[in-house]
Amino acid sequence: MSDEPKKISLPIIGAEPEANADAPKTRAEGGDIMTEIEREVTDNAIVLYMKGTPDQPMCGFSARAAGILSTYGVPYYAVNILADQEKRQAIKVYSDWPTIPQVYVGGEFLGGSDILTQMYENGQLDEIIKTVDA
Amino acid sequence: MEPETIVNMIKNLIPDAIVELTDLTGTRDHWSAIVVSSEFEGKLPLKQHRMVNKALAEPLATGELHALQLKTLTPAEWESHNS
Repeated sequence: MSDEPKKISLPIIGAEPEANADAPKTRAEGGDIMTEIEREVTDNAIVLYMKGTPDQPMCGFSARAAGILSTYGVPYYAVNILADQEKRQAIKVYSDWPTIPQVYVGGEFLGGSDILTQMYENGQLDEIIKTVDA
Repeated sequence: MEPETIVNMIKNLIPDAIVELTDLTGTRDHWSAIVVSSEFEGKLPLKQHRMVNKALAEPLATGELHALQLKTLTPAEWESHNS
């Protein structure tokens, strides 16, 4: 943590988005957790918030979500919320969804393990993953 | 909780819903549900699941309904699901 005073940035009406480019994006930069999550889900095409890691999932639902995403052969960004208690709580508020795992594609919350399973089975997930596979 | 109660709560918010329940643990608090409704048409699964979760918000919050494994289908999807 740095001793520098926190920067406070207020939205300026009509300002270009670039005007805020110097605002903190992560907690390490002095930003807040919600900003960090927003940055995380927009900077990475596919993000999975899970318990454990894709190689060592710590919960059956997280394992299933990671397994489904892995079938597409495209890279995804996995966040182990067991290693980050603040993010574990914040992600539920950010998405307004009470459980982990959670999947984001193109910055949009897609759903949890049941929804991912459903979209995998009916082909919707395939269509969505294709749109971000750049 | 009683399966009839779950069905009624879902139908309260989604009147045309067809609900198929399976007691996963035999303890009446872990259920698997398939919910079919024409109101799901044109909506992403997230929206569909949010509708069902909203209908069951109270028992989910109190823990009376501890876990709900959910699958949502439109009538057309339900037909191909069963064929």
